[in-house]
Amino acid sequence: MATIRIPPVLRPSVGGEREVQADGGTVGEVLEGLATAHPDTRGQLFGADGELNRYVNVYLNDEDVRVLDGLTTGVGEGDVLVILPAMAGGASPGGR
Amino acid sequence: MGLPPLKNRPCGGRYSDIVQAIGNTPLIEMRRLSPKPGVRIWAKMESFNPTGSVKDRVARALIEDAEEKGAIGPDTTILEPTSGNTGISLAMIAKRKGYRLKVVMPDNVTPERTQLLKMYGAEIVYSPGSQGSNGAVAMALEMAGSDPSYYMPYQYGNPANPRAHYEGTAPEILEELDGQIAAFVAGLGTGGTLMGNGRRFKEELGDAVKIVAAEPMQGEPVQGLRSLDDGFIPPIIDLSVLDRKIFVTNRDAIIWTRRLLDDEGIFAGVSSGAIASIAVRIAGEMDEGNVVFIVCDDGWKYLSSGIYTLPVDEVENLESTVWW
Repeated sequence: MATIRIPPVLRPSVGGEREVQADGGTVGEVLEGLATAHPDTRGQLFGADGELNRYVNVYLNDEDVRVLDGLTTGVGEGDVLVILPAMAGGASPGGR
Repeated sequence: MGLPPLKNRPCGGRYSDIVQAIGNTPLIEMRRLSPKPGVRIWAKMESFNPTGSVKDRVARALIEDAEEKGAIGPDTTILEPTSGNTGISLAMIAKRKGYRLKVVMPDNVTPERTQLLKMYGAEIVYSPGSQGSNGAVAMALEMAGSDPSYYMPYQYGNPANPRAHYEGTAPEILEELDGQIAAFVAGLGTGGTLMGNGRRFKEELGDAVKIVAAEPMQGEPVQGLRSLDDGFIPPIIDLSVLDRKIFVTNRDAIIWTRRLLDDEGIFAGVSSGAIASIAVRIAGEMDEGNVVFIVCDDGWKYLSSGIYTLPVDEVENLESTVWW
C-alpha cells in the first residue's frame, strides 16, 4: 500500500483528502488505483494515450518518476507518491 | 584516504568593462560538507558574478543574442519575466549598454531585489505573488503580444540561456577539475543551467557524469492555480539530459542555506542551500569522485527575510516569498 499526496487542485476530486492510499507495484498501477477509486482524477492525471498529462509531475518519495522509469517505476511498501503541477521556480511557502 | 594538498588557482584578471568580468568564477571545495573522504564536493561560485548571481551569464547571452539579431535598439524596450536575479542582471547590462528595461516579477520577492532593479534603472511590473514565477511569465507574454515595441528575450525559451552555460560555465568546470566530474547538481528554474552544463558534460564525459536537478517543492495552498493544466514547463527543458530530478522542501532549503554559512562560510541564497542538500545526498551515495554544485546567488538579497536568523519554523511559514 502506497500513500499518495494530493495537491490542492485535486482535493475536491478525492473528497477533500490530503492523502489517500492505493495498491500497486508500479507508479502506473498506484495511479490507476487512485483513478479507479476517484474517477474525477482520471482526466486530470492521464491523457487519452494513457500517459501522464504533460503538466502533471509525479514524484516517488522526492524523485520525479519521468526521470526514473516513468509509469513503470517500481513502488515499494510504504513509498509515498507526490502529485504536483509542473512549475518553474517561485516556491510559495504558505498562502496569502 | 587523505586528500591531496590543495593548490589554489588564482582567478581574476583585467577587463575593459564590468560586463566582460562576468564568468570565470571560482570553484571552492566544501570539505566539511563531504560525507566521505573519497568524495569531494565543489561549489561553483556563481555568486561571484558582478551582480551576485549566475544570471549575469544568462543576461549577457540574451542581450548579445538580441544585438546579433538586430532585435534591440533605441526604440525598443527589453521586457522579461523574472523572479529577480535575471532582471537585476539584465538591468546592469542594459544600463551599461544604454537599453531600456521593464521586468515583470511576483509581488512577493524580497525588497532588496526591487531596490537593486530600481537602482539599475529598470521599470518593474508586479504579477500576483501567489502564482510564483509562472504568473510573471504569463503576464509578460500577454504584454509582449500586445505591444510591438517590446522585445522579450524570454529566458525560459531562448537557446541563448543554456548556451551561456554550455560555452561558459561547463568548460570552466571541466578545466578546473581536469574533466573529473562524477555528478553535477543545479537548481531547476528556467532549466538553462542544467541543460547547458548537462549537455556539455554528457558530450565530454558520457554516462560517467550524472546530471541532477534540485527543484523547489511548491508550497500550498497556491492560489490562482485552477488545475494541473496551469502548470508551466519551460520550453528549453529536455528531461532526457537529467539523470535525477529531486524536489527540496523550503524547510530543507533553509536548513542547508544555514549549513553552507555555518560549515563553509558561504553566504548564499536559499536555492543554493536546496542544491547543496542534494549535492551532499548524491555524495553520500558515491564512494569516490567529484560532485559539483552551483551556488546560484549570494545572500544579500535575502537578509530582510530573516532566513539566517529567525527560527526555521518561523521562516518556513512566512507569507509567500519567492526564493528561486
